[in-house]
Amino acid sequence: MFKRNARQDLIFFLVFSAFVLSMPVLLAPIGAGYPDLLQKFAIYGLFAIGFNILFGLTGYLSFGHAAFLGVGSYAAVWMFKLLTMNVIPAIVFAVIISGLFALAIGYVSLKRSGIYFSILTLAFAEMSYKLAYSVLTPLTNGETGLQVKLRASGPVTDLINQDVRVLDAAMGIEENGIPAPSLFGLEITGWQAFYLCAVMLIAGFYIAMRINRSSFGMMLRAIKSNQNRLNYTGVYPRPYLLAAFTISGMYAGLAGALLAVTDPLAGAERMQWTASGEVVLMTILGGAGTLLGPFLGAAVIKYFENIFSAINENSLHAVLSFLPDPVENALVSVLSMFVGEGWHLTLGLLFMLIVIFLPGGLIEGFNRLIGLFTRSRKQTTGENREEA
Amino acid sequence: MAAILQITDVNKSFGGLRALWDVNLTVEEGTVHAIIGPNGAGKSTLLNCLVGRLKPDTGSVTFEGRPIIGLPPHRINQLGIARVFQTPEIFEDLTLLDNVLIPAMAKEDGAFRLNAWQRVTRRRALIEEAEHILEDVGLADQRHRIAAALSRGDKRRLELAMCLIQKPKLLLLDEPTAGMSRADTNNTIELLKKIGEKGITKIIIEHDMHVVFSLAHRISVLARGTFIADGTPDEIKGDPKVQEAYLGGAHL
Ligand SMILES: Nc1ncnc2c1ncn2[C@@H]1O[C@H](COP(=O)(O)OP(=O)(O)OP(=O)(O)O)[C@@H](O)[C@H]1O
Ligand SMILES: [Mg+2]
Repeated sequence: MFKRNARQDLIFFLVFSAFVLSMPVLLAPIGAGYPDLLQKFAIYGLFAIGFNILFGLTGYLSFGHAAFLGVGSYAAVWMFKLLTMNVIPAIVFAVIISGLFALAIGYVSLKRSGIYFSILTLAFAEMSYKLAYSVLTPLTNGETGLQVKLRASGPVTDLINQDVRVLDAAMGIEENGIPAPSLFGLEITGWQAFYLCAVMLIAGFYIAMRINRSSFGMMLRAIKSNQNRLNYTGVYPRPYLLAAFTISGMYAGLAGALLAVTDPLAGAERMQWTASGEVVLMTILGGAGTLLGPFLGAAVIKYFENIFSAINENSLHAVLSFLPDPVENALVSVLSMFVGEGWHLTLGLLFMLIVIFLPGGLIEGFNRLIGLFTRSRKQTTGENREEA
Repeated sequence: MAAILQITDVNKSFGGLRALWDVNLTVEEGTVHAIIGPNGAGKSTLLNCLVGRLKPDTGSVTFEGRPIIGLPPHRINQLGIARVFQTPEIFEDLTLLDNVLIPAMAKEDGAFRLNAWQRVTRRRALIEEAEHILEDVGLADQRHRIAAALSRGDKRRLELAMCLIQKPKLLLLDEPTAGMSRADTNNTIELLKKIGEKGITKIIIEHDMHVVFSLAHRISVLARGTFIADGTPDEIKGDPKVQEAYLGGAHL
């Protein structure tokens, strides 16, 4: 449906953009029409779209991408503390720093492939996580997390607890209390925050689409398909892989920066392996290697996380109160394993079902549905694989 | 005629097994040089030493006067050596057109080029060339299919197209007609003759003597890791040593 034709791509892109921008209206009926949740769709969508450039195209499975998310958050908060509450320097700096970080980690990890590559990335991310709690506390503020503080009035002795914001100070911007992130005077909270994230998502999606359709993207797919053949075809796969790794790290950094923009606090738990695993789930759930899949997977997971983690035993009792007491109690004790804190159990089951029945993810599911409807009109020969 | 490839005293062992034993071979530019020999003689191993898959234990290989042992495979390809493998090595999940475009891009862009913005569809000249080559090997009508769906014989032809689009100076063919029907084999012979006119030097490994005698200017016979005979097709046909080693005494 969305083959590499430039015009069709443009239409696809415009439809996607229109959908993202009108999510507040379109998703209100399913109870997702508020900024806190929608901006999560956008942020984790970006994270997954970037991750997909590495995993979906080259097949290299990184288990450490949350490290770049975390680095992006720290970098952004530092910009808030040192320079200005304007989000632009924070975002730019976060993307650059996480890109450099990814370049270094990728350079080493890509000396291996397959499971060894995955384990190397996991090891680096866990190291970063542990370091953030120990020797790097002057940069990360350890378990408390890095926060935006009041601007120091006198001499600065402690940059963690006293912000300087030299740019804001130089421009004579007044501060009453702890300021919110802003964009040239416009406060980035509530709906503004969502729209900032949405614009970033749209830009990120566009770049990913162009990469997908480019010669570079084709080489990445060739790496996944048959790296051996590629070698004997005169291509050196390593720099291609490193470029893909770095780009996906920059996407993660951007997502991390947006997390910091929407909530100016950076903690090390963002780098934990569970966070790295989550982006893998999102990408596979939606459809690895497809354009839309990663965003879809991210949105679905964040949506259900929001619903299931809000349910607790009391709400279950309320819903099931019509049942006889012993039945009600038994049912509640079973169901409560799947909700609230136990939401990950539901996620695990969902993931297993997808991998077993729809290995191509939700996008494959949609394509099959479309196939069912169009088969009667047009003989499907398997010639054109859907790529959207 | 000048030698394009010079193999000197190459040895290669796998553990205790001596797969290549003081191998010497000169391939003249513009010729088709066949290497024949019984199974396990070391033919594929020799090609592996030429393309950088294996490193010989001792000896030297020069291509156009330049030593190539120790170079990584992509560098050797960029010098102008392309190879069709004994079991087809293609990009199974991509379309035939993409399969042929990738080597074309590798030839144009070199071993690495960060070309992340230009659409593949904008590379009209390459696409046209790729469609031409697919036509030459008789796969043009299937160009939008996924390569995994091809028959074994078609995969070989696709792999041949992938090599041809690079216009290599030296083409290594490891049993290019194995698993093909008689008709497909004859088509491939015709195809190889046609590209022979373009002056690509070829080394061809083949068990099918019909193919060998249709194409080769020169034949070398490898047995148990060493060359036992070397000559024109007529000389080889009459060589008793060859019949002894290769055919167990039967007549060619
Ligand atoms: N990577 C390897 N490791 C160990 N032994 C190997 C390896 N490659 C080849 N050999 C051995 O070296 C010998 C020569 O193998 P090779 O594949 O070169 O033979 P061949 O002449 O191509 O045979 P065929 O006609 O069957 O393709 C065989 O005994 C084979 O088992
Ligand atoms: Mg062989």
